[in-house]
Amino acid sequence: MDVSPKVIEIIAREQHLDVSKITLDSTFAELGIDSLDGVNILFALEEEFKLDIPDTVAQNMRSVRQVVDSLTRVLEGKDVSDLVAMAKGEPTASAN
Amino acid sequence: MRRVVITGIGVFASSGKNAESFHEALVQGKSAIRRIQQFDPSALTVQIGAEVPGYDPLDHFPAKRLDLLDRFSQFAILAAKEAMESSGIQFRDEERPRFGVVTGTGMGGATTFESGYYKLFAEQATRLHPFTIPKIMHNAATSQICMEFGAQGPALTTATACSSSGHAIGEAFHLIKYGLADVMLTGGTEAPLTFGMIRSWESVRVLATGNGDPSKSCRPFSLDREGLVMGEGAAMFLFEELEHAKQRGARIYGEISGFGLSSDASHITQPSIDGPARAVRMALAEAGVNPQDVDYINAHGTGTRVNDVTETRVIKEVFGDHARKVAISSTKSMHGHVMGATGAVELAATIQAIDRGVIPPTANYTQPDPECDLDYVPNQARETPVRVALSNSFAFGGLNAVLLVRKYE
Repeated sequence: MDVSPKVIEIIAREQHLDVSKITLDSTFAELGIDSLDGVNILFALEEEFKLDIPDTVAQNMRSVRQVVDSLTRVLEGKDVSDLVAMAKGEPTASAN
Repeated sequence: MRRVVITGIGVFASSGKNAESFHEALVQGKSAIRRIQQFDPSALTVQIGAEVPGYDPLDHFPAKRLDLLDRFSQFAILAAKEAMESSGIQFRDEERPRFGVVTGTGMGGATTFESGYYKLFAEQATRLHPFTIPKIMHNAATSQICMEFGAQGPALTTATACSSSGHAIGEAFHLIKYGLADVMLTGGTEAPLTFGMIRSWESVRVLATGNGDPSKSCRPFSLDREGLVMGEGAAMFLFEELEHAKQRGARIYGEISGFGLSSDASHITQPSIDGPARAVRMALAEAGVNPQDVDYINAHGTGTRVNDVTETRVIKEVFGDHARKVAISSTKSMHGHVMGATGAVELAATIQAIDRGVIPPTANYTQPDPECDLDYVPNQARETPVRVALSNSFAFGGLNAVLLVRKYE
């Protein structure tokens, strides 16, 4: 299942942006998505797809493509341990 | 000693969505209390409140901004905006650390709190929206105002129930007086008209039901009074050190020169005579004003059996013979009891009385109570010069705040 149209739609809705402004290659920085916006988008994705996105996976989501890839793997129940490892080496997206 | 003057006023409340319309409604003795419209109140015993009429947040804020604003923060920003605009003040960046904000609220983001709990307990949600905390926190209004207007100085929020904004305003006054800031935006905000909040207040048995004619439901100091009526809204002021205001040629609405605060330390809901009396005396002493020089008292005047008798006794205790000469009114009869914002909303009425020389009445006054036998300015506004005035706030919890304002001379 290709979740990218739905992901883009949700990001657009939550950021009050036009969908045409968002592509798979858009980064959160380019879209003006700060840390608090990020947790808001994660919440909307969890509600939409009825799943829990682990914090460690969430920390890797800095672009639309990363969101789509991570979400797809969580949905398919694939091992996300490499994402967890990656997250440990990076600053967290804490919303304070 | 540094003097502090009021150079901006903003009101966003049931009686008026700006300072001018608020003043007009009050001097006309017009009550803003009505059947609640923001949700269906049919299941409640008390279905009335002083609600901001015709309010659509999207008329005032972009959708993205609204995501992070509970109703109480929305009201706060709107009142602060008018206070800033009416003052005409502009800041250079280096002045911003001397510009602060203190606001009071009793409940914080009650609407967000309640809808969150509804999702959690009634709808069995397993997670809550991530903006829940930044919307409900009591200091959200202060922080949103700081961001909106670039205030980088002393900033805090007070939460002392019905004295919240009285304490906030007094604190802002002292921050300038004692040199910690030159300019303060201060006031109070509250949006407590939610199903759960009204149900909680119902159980205290202090609310007027008034379901027949809501506009006549709140009758402070009248023998047939039935209780208080909850209201919503905000009022904000720009306070400025006198020389700072004079240098920029600001219009001065009045001077704040006394703040009294005390604790009853006796009962969690029932007010004492001694506690409020000490707060009034403290405000008079700080301002160096004799009791007989006070022209007007904007009373706490909730319209409950207990408050109005107690407050009458407090006034007699402090003012002696002058108690019968001072004009006293409760504008809650019109804008309701705005809880943590009520001291601010009432200070707006008090400053306008000084500035315009018109005392707003106690509306819905029907018959004298032998235990409330002072001059409550019944039903008709009174044109008279007001040089010195008090605004009383006596909260549940026995924490009292009294503000003294005077004509700037």
